[in-house]
Parts: sequence; structure tokens; C-alpha cells
Amino acid sequence: MNIYLDAIVVLLTFVGLLFFHGTTVGILRFPDFYTRMHAAGKGDTLSTMLILFGFAAYQLHHPSTATLLVAGKIIFIAVLVFIASPTATHAIMDAGYESEIGAWSAKDGFVSSCLIRKEKGE
Amino acid sequence: MFGFVTFLLMFVLWIVMSGQFDLFHLSLGVISCAIVARMSGDLLFQDRQTDFRTRFGQAWRFAHFTLWLLWQIITANLYILQLALTTRKMVEVLDPHIFSFKSHLKTPFAQFVLANAITLTPGTVTIRIVDGVFTVHAITGQAAGDLEQLDNIQDINEMERRVAAVFEPEILQNTGGDK
Repeated sequence: MNIYLDAIVVLLTFVGLLFFHGTTVGILRFPDFYTRMHAAGKGDTLSTMLILFGFAAYQLHHPSTATLLVAGKIIFIAVLVFIASPTATHAIMDAGYESEIGAWSAKDGFVSSCLIRKEKGE
Repeated sequence: MFGFVTFLLMFVLWIVMSGQFDLFHLSLGVISCAIVARMSGDLLFQDRQTDFRTRFGQAWRFAHFTLWLLWQIITANLYILQLALTTRKMVEVLDPHIFSFKSHLKTPFAQFVLANAITLTPGTVTIRIVDGVFTVHAITGQAAGDLEQLDNIQDINEMERRVAAVFEPEILQNTGGDK
């Protein structure tokens, strides 16, 4: 029984770390601020949630009211991350867009975001 | 009625957070939840027009929507993982661009859910919402796909349709439902 639970815990944590790895490599390799935020914003959400679910599953080794409540609190944190992470990503993206950080485009290389706005007529 | 529901929700949270089930702690919880519900009970449910039947329906459909969103997050992460690790030349694969579209959703909360959903689906991140106009950054042309083809005002993309089905079902009737 316990060995299966251990397997689940290890699997969840490992997959979470794998996605964190992808996020980190993405942040390092992507060309500009906006694409890097793609990696940071998405990778964080799922990997944090997976690792937290791993923690919650680990609590079930000794099922009692106390450990179940701890697992419930960890699930609460996961829900918070699920809501807060995309919102934070969006706030940072908006701040970058507002302060006109240059974007990279496949056609022209680096373009300042003032130019992008002019094209859009903003 | 709204105050009582606020009280109940807070009391459930109290029980989970304290983990103490003796009479002393429970009565402390009842007292403090009652005080808070009395003082700031109007914060949680600001719109008093919507009744609980509608709200419960929304919550139920929102749970289904969240399941779909979880699946989207998994594909989004696989996409980022694949882009980050297996791409040899970023320059050839990536085609980031910024576009905007006008949303049909009216309430700020529905717009917020749509913005978060766009951020969590593969390849797109919402930058800002001004008066229902979403500015979105897409990492490749293919990722923008469905969202970008919105020149026709009557058209409604799949993601928006799902959000509308949860919060504002009347929109779908105006736009011809399952186009």
C-alpha cells in the first residue's frame, strides 16, 4: 500500500521538476521578454501544482483527521497558485508592454514596442 | 441570506484551518465568523440581483470548465517543454506577435476568467484588457490560431464560448450558438 503511495508521490514530484526544468531552459533560451514570460507563466503553474499534490499525497501515509486537514490546506495553496500565477504573469507582461520593452519578431529581429503600437494604431 | 452563506463559507474555512474540534475552538470560530460576516458580509457577494440557484449553476459549470482548463495547462506545459528542449534554432520556429480582439463578455469577472484561460492555454498570454478589447501575445502563429480569426464581430472563438457558457449563456444565443 505504502509503496504505491510512495510511487505516486515520487512520480508527481519528478514530473513537476521536469516541467520546472523546461521552464528554466525556456527562460534561458527564448529570445525576448515576452516569450520568456510564456515559459515562466505556464511552467510555474503546472509544476508547482504537481509538486504540491505530491506533498498532499505524502500526507496520506498516516491517514488521520490532522493529516487530511494538512492535505486540504496544501490543496488550498494549489488553488491559490492556479489563480495567482496567470494573474501575476499578466501583470508583469502588462508592465513590460506599458514600459515599451522591445519585442523580438521572426521577420525583423528586435522591434521596439512603440513601433508595434503604431502599427496597431494605439 | 447572503450574510449567512458568507458565515458558512468562512466557518468551513475556519474548521479546515484550525483543525481543532473541541467546543472552545468551535465557539471561538462561530463568534469571530459571525462578527466578520456582520461587519464585512457585503464584500463576498456584491451583486445581490443574482439568486443562489443561478450562482450554484455557475459554480457547477465553472468546475467543469476548470477540468478542461487543467487539461489545457498540461498541453501548454508540454508545448513549452518541447519548444525549450527540442528546438535547435529558435529563430526558425518562433514567430511571436501581438494581436488584439474584442470580447463579447460583459462582466469584469468573466473577462478575468477568459484572460486567465488564454494565459494558461498553449502559446498565448493575455497582456491587457481595455474596455473588453483583449491584447494577446502569441509565441507562434499556430498558437494564435483560433483566437486571431475574429474579424467578424458575430464570430466567437472556442475559448470565449466556453467562458460564456459558464457565466453569460445569453451571449451564445445572440451569436448563433455553436458557430
